[in-house]
Amino acid sequence: MYTQALNTSDGDERHIEDAERATQFQARIDADERIEPNDWMPAAYRKTLTRQISQHAHSEIVGMLPEGNWITRAPSLRRKAALLAKVQDECGHGLYLYAAAETLGSSREELVDAMLGGKAKYSSIFNYPTLTWADIGTIGWLVDGAAIMNQIPLCRCSYGPYARAMIRVCKEESFHQRQGFEIMLTLCRGTAEQKAMAQDALNRWWWPVLMMFGPPDQVSQHSDTSTKWKIKRFSNDELRQKFVDATVPQAQFLGLTFPDPGMKQNEAGNWEYSAIDWEEFKQVLAGNGPCNRDRMAARRKAHDDGAWVREAAMAYAEKRKQRAALQAAE
Amino acid sequence: MATPNIPLWEVFIRSRNGLAHKHVGSLHATDATLALQAARDIYTRRGEGLSIWVVPSNAITASDPSEKGMMFEPAESKIYRHPTFYDVPDEVGHM
Amino acid sequence: MTVANISVSETPLVLYTLRRADDALILGHRLSEWCGHAPMLEEDMALANMGLDLLGQARELYSYAAKVEGRDNDEDKFAYLRDVRQYRNLLLLEQPNGDFARTMVRQFFYATFADLYWRAMMRSSDLTLAAIAAKSEKESAYHVRHSSEWIVRLGDGTEESHRRTQSAIDELWAFTGEMFAVDDSERGLIDARIAVDPAALHPQWLKTVSSVVSEATLALPKSDWMQQGGRSGRHSEHLGHLLSELQSMQRTFPGATW
Repeated sequence: MYTQALNTSDGDERHIEDAERATQFQARIDADERIEPNDWMPAAYRKTLTRQISQHAHSEIVGMLPEGNWITRAPSLRRKAALLAKVQDECGHGLYLYAAAETLGSSREELVDAMLGGKAKYSSIFNYPTLTWADIGTIGWLVDGAAIMNQIPLCRCSYGPYARAMIRVCKEESFHQRQGFEIMLTLCRGTAEQKAMAQDALNRWWWPVLMMFGPPDQVSQHSDTSTKWKIKRFSNDELRQKFVDATVPQAQFLGLTFPDPGMKQNEAGNWEYSAIDWEEFKQVLAGNGPCNRDRMAARRKAHDDGAWVREAAMAYAEKRKQRAALQAAE
Repeated sequence: MATPNIPLWEVFIRSRNGLAHKHVGSLHATDATLALQAARDIYTRRGEGLSIWVVPSNAITASDPSEKGMMFEPAESKIYRHPTFYDVPDEVGHM
Repeated sequence: MTVANISVSETPLVLYTLRRADDALILGHRLSEWCGHAPMLEEDMALANMGLDLLGQARELYSYAAKVEGRDNDEDKFAYLRDVRQYRNLLLLEQPNGDFARTMVRQFFYATFADLYWRAMMRSSDLTLAAIAAKSEKESAYHVRHSSEWIVRLGDGTEESHRRTQSAIDELWAFTGEMFAVDDSERGLIDARIAVDPAALHPQWLKTVSSVVSEATLALPKSDWMQQGGRSGRHSEHLGHLLSELQSMQRTFPGATW
């Protein structure tokens, strides 16, 4: 049940750490049982999940902006409808995820305020600009492709509401990557100018997409406990490798080349890639990507411009309640 | 200033005639009418529904998982409530 | 290199169909501008749904116009390769989104009309138009429901929302008359029972609009001066900017397939 109302306050005894309960909790996880909102859980599990799910939600919502940048310029009516539907899906996914995070005891408003205040992070990838129509194809093909790699294992995450949200998200997202690949294929089969546009987009997005999987395993701070709690089922590097191996043949089909001259297939059949520039990743996360400021400004503006609408709806609901109470009293 | 909280609603959808309404997710809305419309706009975009219920989340009373033993275990020993408890010779056929 | 505008043989039926297609495209485009910027996530979903309904209507109508015209135009050529003077939509629908109140009032005025109009058009002797009308009527009915609920909340919400919504009504009122106007080209189709006379729908439209507006504690303007011109390509300055964005790819890369 996705409901905050079922959660008890922090003063509740279920929040008091207790070695025996912690052992029982881990035993349930090990037995592949799902944890539900009302169940006892270690405070650190709650905190980790709240952080991860809300970051995931923020990413969906901020992720609407780079693609939204092209809805009004989509080059055909068919593409326009597909793109609008896709970006709308992302809004829906953000909404499902906020609801899943809310079951852990924070309200959507608190979570959103944390993001708008710069205290919560979102995926680094959305801090890069969409400069051409090929970027829309590339985002669908690669960014959604990478997201799916990350998200499919989350459908089996130990926390019930998160797993259920991810099942819905993955089901809806199945058209997103195909939509992107179709755009790329059309460009690659089009004029020389279109093909160059596709190659340029791949050149710009490839490295940031590889960074989406997070820091390499030896330095990832959250991996150990997340794995123990079955929030995470594969390591960053495992998923990254899986993604690269799946993507190489697709790029070959398109006739595009990766901006990585060192890329080669090893004996095991995996594609090895060159070193990732983690300094760039760090800078983007720290707020210094090409679009961080624009993204935050756009979200803050939507939030601030919408405040009077939300207030009006709340005020109306309150008035209606009072009128109903008055009528009942008569 | 903290953003004021808009109430949370739980959404239940009947996907086909003959099936029960099933919980599909939540949303925020200031009143029941807007909640119902939002449920339609969010949870039936791919033809998932024929009927929608929305319920204020705080109207739900839930059982306490720490009372699971008292609440649910007593039923486990009443195996005579299940058809497999009874021996009927195979030649009698399906019953 | 530039792309020339297409030429269109605007026979009465082609012109009629393009007018409705342009209405749906331009309003759908305006709604799509909200995507990612709405007052709350739930409303972002709703605005996109309405936008997608309208884009769908536009595509069906353009395809029918192309078929009736019988040349090599298609939905994308109609949308992307006609200039401001060739667009035939209502002035109301090209008006900028403004704040949420402005967008909702525009939606409410138009959807209330469109719902009545498409319902009447379901009896068109043109079977394609009747089928499009049947689908569009259901979509418009929901747009009326959604926008009128918001008009009531915004009008009867806070002082600020009341003021913004009244101002949106005052600003947009002069564009409502054009929905009910008929020219000679369309008169022939009405006589042939292919089209319906929108003027006959005005009393019902006014009744619905007045009742929602009064429930919202708002008022309709007394003025009866109405702007016209969209149906014959005399638009506001806003449409050119909308089209320069909508058409930028097709104008920059002539003849490419996307």
